[in-house]
Amino acid sequence: MVWMTLAQHLLSKPRPPRRASQATAAALAERFTNLSAVKLGRSLAIRHVAIGSCNGCELELRATQNMIHDLTQYGLSFTPSPRHADILLITGVAARNMAEALRQARAATPDPVFTIAVGDCAVDGGVFKGSPAITGGADSILPIDLMISGCPPTPSQIIEGLLSLIEAHAG
Amino acid sequence: MIPTVLSAQNWQTHQGEFIALWTDATKAYALYNNGLFTTNLTDGTYPALSPDHPGAAWFEKLSTDLNGHKPDGITHKSTAIEHFIAPNGTTPWPDMPPALGEGVHQMAVGPIHAGIIEPGHFRFSIIGEKVLKLEARLGYSHKGTLALMRGKSPRNAARFAARISGDATVAHSLAFAHATEAALEITPPPRAIQLRAVMAELERMANHTSDIGAIAGDAGFAFLDARFAWHRESLCAAASAAFGHRLMMDMVIPGGIAADIKTPGPDVILGAISALDAELPSLTRVFEDYASLQDRLIGTGHISAHLANRYAAGGFVARAAGRKVDARSNPGYAPYDVLELSVPMETEGDVAARVRIRLAELGESARIIRTLLSSLQDGAIAIAPPSGSGMGIGVAESFRGPAWHWINIESGQITDIFIADPSTLHWPLVEHAACTSIIADFPLINKSINASYSGVDL
Repeated sequence: MVWMTLAQHLLSKPRPPRRASQATAAALAERFTNLSAVKLGRSLAIRHVAIGSCNGCELELRATQNMIHDLTQYGLSFTPSPRHADILLITGVAARNMAEALRQARAATPDPVFTIAVGDCAVDGGVFKGSPAITGGADSILPIDLMISGCPPTPSQIIEGLLSLIEAHAG
Repeated sequence: MIPTVLSAQNWQTHQGEFIALWTDATKAYALYNNGLFTTNLTDGTYPALSPDHPGAAWFEKLSTDLNGHKPDGITHKSTAIEHFIAPNGTTPWPDMPPALGEGVHQMAVGPIHAGIIEPGHFRFSIIGEKVLKLEARLGYSHKGTLALMRGKSPRNAARFAARISGDATVAHSLAFAHATEAALEITPPPRAIQLRAVMAELERMANHTSDIGAIAGDAGFAFLDARFAWHRESLCAAASAAFGHRLMMDMVIPGGIAADIKTPGPDVILGAISALDAELPSLTRVFEDYASLQDRLIGTGHISAHLANRYAAGGFVARAAGRKVDARSNPGYAPYDVLELSVPMETEGDVAARVRIRLAELGESARIIRTLLSSLQDGAIAIAPPSGSGMGIGVAESFRGPAWHWINIESGQITDIFIADPSTLHWPLVEHAACTSIIADFPLINKSINASYSGVDL
């Protein structure tokens, strides 16, 4: 049966390629290629830390890795360890129970490091602003270099935000 | 809905399938499959239900941590949310007793996990590779959601219900709308009811495709992960084209839906589910044909029918363990009463069975979406909730099981609310299932149950 499936896939015509948004993807790729003298190289590693999200941002972060958005084509990839990370990417409100964990993750990340807040919650607390259970957005625990708003931001918006950070530091 | 008042003794001896427990300022409430029951708090305490109903333990911890009420006669001591934080902001390493025995060691994971997922702390007791005990410590993403909903009108509070768990945003919004509509005795227009179900099934399909692929991916099978992720992306793109948001957040509101389906929407949705339909038989065959993949899934993370019943499990966790429950047909709600829902069931209770259930549900959801889109009624999409008073219970079958919302409204404002995500009953089952396998299989087990962190942390 596997061989039949395999043969079918080999013999059938390939599906038309699909992208999330041809225009956005092309524009982003061009911008990235133009950064010939990228100071940061083509291998920025991201450590994601959820500090009080609803899982919406995580879904869209994971979607940046699928074959349509394909984050790795821009030289960006996720790493399981903060020790290997160039970017700390934070989602969710600053929940009190996560403050210590985030501080420790930051301490374990070698300098230089960019900190990015992804999603309205991480930007300023989002709809949960003012709740006594939280201290606000991610910047109430750590200084933040870049904020990507949206509830949740789409995979394209997340990638666009990440590339704008690279651009800002490559010029 | 008027709860039945019980004496402290009858409260403790009541028989039934336990679903949820919560407290308000003066009473404790317990939801069973045979009704809603309440008893008065005495000096802030109430008789614990966890000795007879193990699923009640987490709810009792929540009642203590959220409202300061004490269950009387508990055996559990850990906290659900209010973990100790020192005055200087540091948190000591939690003391969690390991299993005893020679050669047993503890392994700690989290609260920051390796993947792109929510925070939680797991403590494994392991001998060799075999897991002897798992204790989950959650509450890391506590946002104070319930407190924020009090004092607001149902329409204003709906955005918090939509963020109980982002992957089940439609289902939680729907359960919240059902509770509000029950409390205020209103019925949304037929078109809204149909479109709500389209969104709910689309959400179910997006989550099922994503998780089935991720389970294969965790077993090192990248091809299925890539293909299912592609389909999940198509479904999200379709949701965005039809409803303006990839997760359809804030679309279901009390009284109806926030906006009508956009013009190319139905075609894009039908295109996405047809593409999945076309490839699903061959993907399923790959899933079932590869011995190395099946070897990782069969017998892994076993949950017996006895355990599933004991904890009143829901969703594919229950249906994979011989427990045929689905809130869409029982207690049931519109429009599923006229859709002749077919509910798949397996009896093995392992990761492989949970995957098979979810594969079967993809086809059923696709059928429901096609039926609904071809019979959409014209007319209004929402009615304004009146400024009334009342108490209501609402349920919606999220992709992981039934989400229950209880609401009390006075003069148009929410005075109290409780939300029970199915994960509250599933987390203890994750702890049990982990102990049937080796530590390397835990990612598969965890993903196959996919309990929500945010939905339990509230």
